[in-house]
Amino acid sequence: MKELSLNILDIAKNSVKAEATRIDISIIEENGVRTLTIADDGCGMSPEFLSRVTDPFTTTRTTRPVGMGLPLLKLAAEQAEGDMTIRSQQGEGHGTTVTATFRIDHLDCVPVGDVASTMAALIQGSPEIDFVFTYRTAAGEKFLSTIEMREILGDVPLDTPEVLMWVTESLNEPFTNET
Amino acid sequence: MKTLAELQAIRDSMKDKVSLREGMSGMRVVVGMATCGIAAGARPVLSAFVEEVSNQGLGDKATVTQTGCIGICQYEPVVEIFEAGKEKVTYVKMTADKARRVVEEHIKNGKVVTEYTIGAAQN
Repeated sequence: MKELSLNILDIAKNSVKAEATRIDISIIEENGVRTLTIADDGCGMSPEFLSRVTDPFTTTRTTRPVGMGLPLLKLAAEQAEGDMTIRSQQGEGHGTTVTATFRIDHLDCVPVGDVASTMAALIQGSPEIDFVFTYRTAAGEKFLSTIEMREILGDVPLDTPEVLMWVTESLNEPFTNET
Repeated sequence: MKTLAELQAIRDSMKDKVSLREGMSGMRVVVGMATCGIAAGARPVLSAFVEEVSNQGLGDKATVTQTGCIGICQYEPVVEIFEAGKEKVTYVKMTADKARRVVEEHIKNGKVVTEYTIGAAQN
């Protein structure tokens, strides 16, 4: 993956498959470390599946027995002297949280890339799911919440092209310092 | 600066259109968006289909959707177009530019862009 935003798109699709109703995605940069968190309220994984989930030969896909999503994110984190951790719970309080860290100044740290297109693609693919996105750096913050958007849009579906364009444009705005 | 107020304006302008979109879509454009597709460049292909279908006013004619791994990872980005009563068309090694041409020729004018199909890639 050439940029982190592509990993985000890929990993968040696991949450969609786990039938999440809400997915929180955050990128927080502080003290030279970038922390990506993708947290969902999906069905979670069994401890047994969780233990082998970063093995490329573990996958839920049925077309071929290889799953590269989490291994690729783990690789991206580790090559920038960071790491990846996964917490997952089935049953009560079910959900999965994937956290990856990166040393921002590391030569092999992949750029964040086009998060606007990633969020638009996620919303387009799963307009019924709620996405809450936060991207915070020293320069300020970018924030998007489909919960907030839905309150205004009412019956208008989130995958309406005009709405998707609004998503892309609003996340392409510079960082703001408003709270 | 984009504001939430602009969403209100979108809602207002959509009021009459929403009911029209239901059940009118004849063509289904399916973009493969598993790890293989994403790594090969499916995201800009998806964006191009969504934008171009909307720009050309073809929203009633075609619906753009996403799917997981189609099983032919070496040909990603892969796009399939389904239309009732017709054979499925599989486009391979797609780009945003190719996507725009498919919208113009296939979706708008009903003419399959043969050179981008899997049949052409295998020859």
